[in-house]
Amino acid sequence: MFEVVRKQEMAKGTIIRFEIAAPKIAQKILAGQFVILRVNETGERIPITVADVDKFGGTITIIFQVVGKSTALMRSLDVGSFIKDVVGPLGKPAHVQKVGTVIAIGGGTGIAILHHVVKAMKEAGNFVISIIGAREKEMLILQDEMNLISDELVIMTDDGSYGQRGFVTDPLKKYIQERNDIKLVYAIGPIIMMKNVCKITEKPRIETMVSLNPVMIDGTGMCGGCRVKVDGKTQFCCVDGPDFDGHKVDFDELEKRNSMYLKQEKDSLLFSIR
Amino acid sequence: MLDYDVKYLKFKTYLSTYCPHCHNSFNVKQKDHDIIKFNAKFKGKDMDLHLSPYLDVFEVESTVPIEKDETLEDLICPNCKKSIVDVNQPCQECGSHTAQVIISAYSKLIPFYICLKYGCEWHGLSKADERHIKLKIPRQEMPEQDQKLRVQNFQEVPYGLTTELALLEAGRCLQCKNPKCVDGCPVNIDIPEFIRLITEEKFDEAAKKIRERNILPAVCGRVCPQEDQCEGVCVLGIRDNPVAIGNLERFVADYERKMDLIKVPSIKKIPNKRVAVVGSGPGGLTCAADLTLLGYSVTIFEALHQAGGVLVYGIPEFRLPKAIVEAEIEYLKAMGCKVELNHIIGNIYSVDELLENFDAIYIGVGAGLPMFMNIEGENLSNVFSANEYLTRINLMKAYRFPEYDTPKPIGNKVAVIGGGNVAMDCARTSLRCGASEVTIIYRRSRKELPAREEEVVHAEQEGIMFKLLTNPIKYIGNDANWVKGVECVSMTLGEPDESGRRRPIPLEGSNFIYDCDMVIVAIGNGPNPIIFNTAPDLERNKWGNIIVNPDTMETTKEFVYAGGDIVTGAATVIEAMGAGRIAANSIHKKLSGKTKKA
Repeated sequence: MFEVVRKQEMAKGTIIRFEIAAPKIAQKILAGQFVILRVNETGERIPITVADVDKFGGTITIIFQVVGKSTALMRSLDVGSFIKDVVGPLGKPAHVQKVGTVIAIGGGTGIAILHHVVKAMKEAGNFVISIIGAREKEMLILQDEMNLISDELVIMTDDGSYGQRGFVTDPLKKYIQERNDIKLVYAIGPIIMMKNVCKITEKPRIETMVSLNPVMIDGTGMCGGCRVKVDGKTQFCCVDGPDFDGHKVDFDELEKRNSMYLKQEKDSLLFSIR
Repeated sequence: MLDYDVKYLKFKTYLSTYCPHCHNSFNVKQKDHDIIKFNAKFKGKDMDLHLSPYLDVFEVESTVPIEKDETLEDLICPNCKKSIVDVNQPCQECGSHTAQVIISAYSKLIPFYICLKYGCEWHGLSKADERHIKLKIPRQEMPEQDQKLRVQNFQEVPYGLTTELALLEAGRCLQCKNPKCVDGCPVNIDIPEFIRLITEEKFDEAAKKIRERNILPAVCGRVCPQEDQCEGVCVLGIRDNPVAIGNLERFVADYERKMDLIKVPSIKKIPNKRVAVVGSGPGGLTCAADLTLLGYSVTIFEALHQAGGVLVYGIPEFRLPKAIVEAEIEYLKAMGCKVELNHIIGNIYSVDELLENFDAIYIGVGAGLPMFMNIEGENLSNVFSANEYLTRINLMKAYRFPEYDTPKPIGNKVAVIGGGNVAMDCARTSLRCGASEVTIIYRRSRKELPAREEEVVHAEQEGIMFKLLTNPIKYIGNDANWVKGVECVSMTLGEPDESGRRRPIPLEGSNFIYDCDMVIVAIGNGPNPIIFNTAPDLERNKWGNIIVNPDTMETTKEFVYAGGDIVTGAATVIEAMGAGRIAANSIHKKLSGKTKKA
C-alpha cells in the first residue's frame, strides 16, 4: 500500500498532482522512467511517467489529467489514502548527457514528464530552452517550476490567453532558424504534437527524442500490448522505451492503436457514473 | 429361528458432489443449509432421499421399508457367499442378522456387497480375483459442466471426481512393485502409495503423501500433461486406459483444501540464511517451499501485483480457479516465506544488490516475452499476443468488465494462431467472452498439436474450429487500422525436423483469406530480458536462456541458480517445479556445505 502524502489540483481540477510515498522506487527511479499504479482491487494498471522524485523524502510525484474512470477514481483519493499497488521503476531512463543546447518541448500533461527530464538535463550541464504549451491559460501547469530549471522558457497557448498564441512548434521553428547549436530536441505531449515536432526537426537533422505512452498492462515486456513501430521494427515501449528516436516512430499507427479501447473506456465511465 | 427384523435398510452412499439440478457444487459454507430432498429410483421404486450437503459428501440416509422379497439376493457376504440378510441366515462372518450394509463404491462393479461388522473391513478377495476385478473397472470419466452452459461462464469445466468415482478409479491401480509412473513424474511423487491410501479412504494421508514431493497438488492435478508423464507410462495404458492419476491427485488436493486439513508444519529455522527467489511461478514457489521447509528465510520477489506467475496471469479461471493458487500461496506464507509483490528484479534491485542481502538467489522468471511471426499487419488493432489477451482476462479480470476496469477486447470472429495449451486457453476464453466463431490456425496436423489431449477435446466439444495445416502469412486491416482478416497458406508435412515432428511446408498458390475481427497470436514466449539489464555476467545461450548446470541448476554466477522456462524455453508447470526442487537441493548443499560465502 502506498500513501498519497500530497495532493494538488491544477487546471480547474482536471489535472491532479500526487506525491506518493514509495521509498524504494524513489531511490531508483530516473528521469523518463515510469511507474504503474493500481488504485484498488478492481482497478486497471495505469502507467504514468514520474514528474519528480524526492529521494530523501522517499516520494515520487505524478501528474495526471482526469480523462476517464480510472483517473477520476484517482482524483477521488485524498491525502492519507492509499494506492494498492505501485510498481517501478519501469522503462529505460531518458538518455541524459551533456550535449550543449537542448530544446525541451512539453504539451499538456506532457510538461509533467518534461519537468523531470529537464531537471536531469540541466544537472548534466546543458543549456535548456523549454517550450511549454496548453490549450488555455488555466490548463497550463508547472510554469514556475519549469521557469526555475530552464535557461529560457517559452509559453504557448492555443487561444493566446497566456504567453504567446500558437502551438509549441512555432517557437521551435524560430529557434531552429536563429540558432545552429541545437543538439537535441526532447518532446513530450499529445501524439500529434510530437509528430509535428519531429517533422520540423527532420530536415535540419536535429536529434529528437519523444516519450511515448501507448496502452500497456504489465509494463515488463510480458504482454506486448504497447508495441510501437520504430524504424520499421516492432518495439515494446515498456522495456525498449518509453523514449525513442522521434524520426523513426510510426506515430499514425500509435495513434490508431491508442484508440483501440475508446468504446470500452466510454462504457467504463458510464458504468461508474450509473 | 431368528426373526427377520431388517425391516428398514439403512444405507449410506456417496452421491454426486454436485447438485443434480443446477450442477453447481455445494461448498463448505452451505454446510448448515437445509436438507435437500429429491426423488430417486432405487430398485425400480420411487423413494425420497434426504441429502445433507456435508462438505463434498452427501450422506444419504434413507429409511425405505424393505420388503422381504426385495434386494435380498443382492446382499451377499463376499466371504461366506451367502446372503447376509436372509431371513434365516445370519452372516457367517459377523454373526449378525441386523448387519449394517454399506453400499460402497465397489458395489457398482463388484458383484458382492461388502459386509461390515460394525466397522469391520472389506473382507477379502484373493489377489488374483482382485486383479481380475480391477482390470474390469473402466477408467472413470470426470463429471464436467454441460458443454452449452460452460461456454457462457468462467467456472471450472471439470467438476472433479466424486468420492465414489475416486474410490473406483483408485481401485484400478495395480500397485506395481516397480512403478513406472513415479519415474514418469518430474517430481517423483509416490503415486501408487497415495492411490492405495485413497482406496483405504485415507484421503488426508494421501494428500500428505503427495505433499512430500509436490507443494502444488491442486494445481498439478489440473494442468500437468499427465498423458506424457505419469499416465503415459502406466502399465494399464498398454491394453486399456491408464489410471487417471491426475484426476486422483486433484481429488485428494481438493478434499484436503475443502476439509481444511492443510497443516502448516513446524519448521526449525536456520539462523542468518537467506535466499531470494525471483518470480512466483510454479518453479519459484517449489524452490521457495523446499528451502523454507529446510529452515531458510526465503523471500519471493514478484513483478506483478499478484503472486503465482503463469498460474494467475496465464491459465484461465475455468481451467485453474485462482482461489486454488491463492490457497497454495497462503500456505507458503503461513510457513514463513515472505512474498514481495510489485518488485521487478533488474529494476528495483540488481542481482548483485540481492546478493548483498541474500546468500543465494533462484531465478525463475519464466518465459515472459511474447513472440510474433514478424509478418505484415501484426500491429493492427485487435491483434493480441496470447500473453496480453490472457493477462487482461485472467489477471486483470477483464471478463468481468466493466465491474473491473481493464477493458475486455471485443471480437466476434476470432482467429487464434498456434496449437499449444496457451492457444487452446485463448480460444476457449474468447468463446466465453462472447465470440460467435473461434478458429485455431495451426501449421501442422492434429496429431502434432502440442496441447494436452484434454484441452484439445474440450476445445472441440465447445465448438472451436481447427484450421490445421494452415499458416498465416499476413494480417489485413481496414481503414481504421482494425484487423479484418488473415491471409493464410495451406501446408503439407515433410520430413521430421530436429524436434522429431514433421516439418510443415507451404503449398504454393494455396493462399486464402480467413475473415475475422480479432487475432490472438499464441506461438510461444521467449525469455524476458529485464533481469539481465543489471546482470550481464549471467551467461545465456543464443536464444537468451540462462545457461545452467542441469544437475544443480547453478548458473555461471556463483550463488545464483535458475530454472524453469527462463532456462528451458517455454515448457510445463511441473517441469518448472522439478527444476525448482533440484535448485533448492543444490542451494541447500551449497549453503550448508563448506563452500560458505566468505
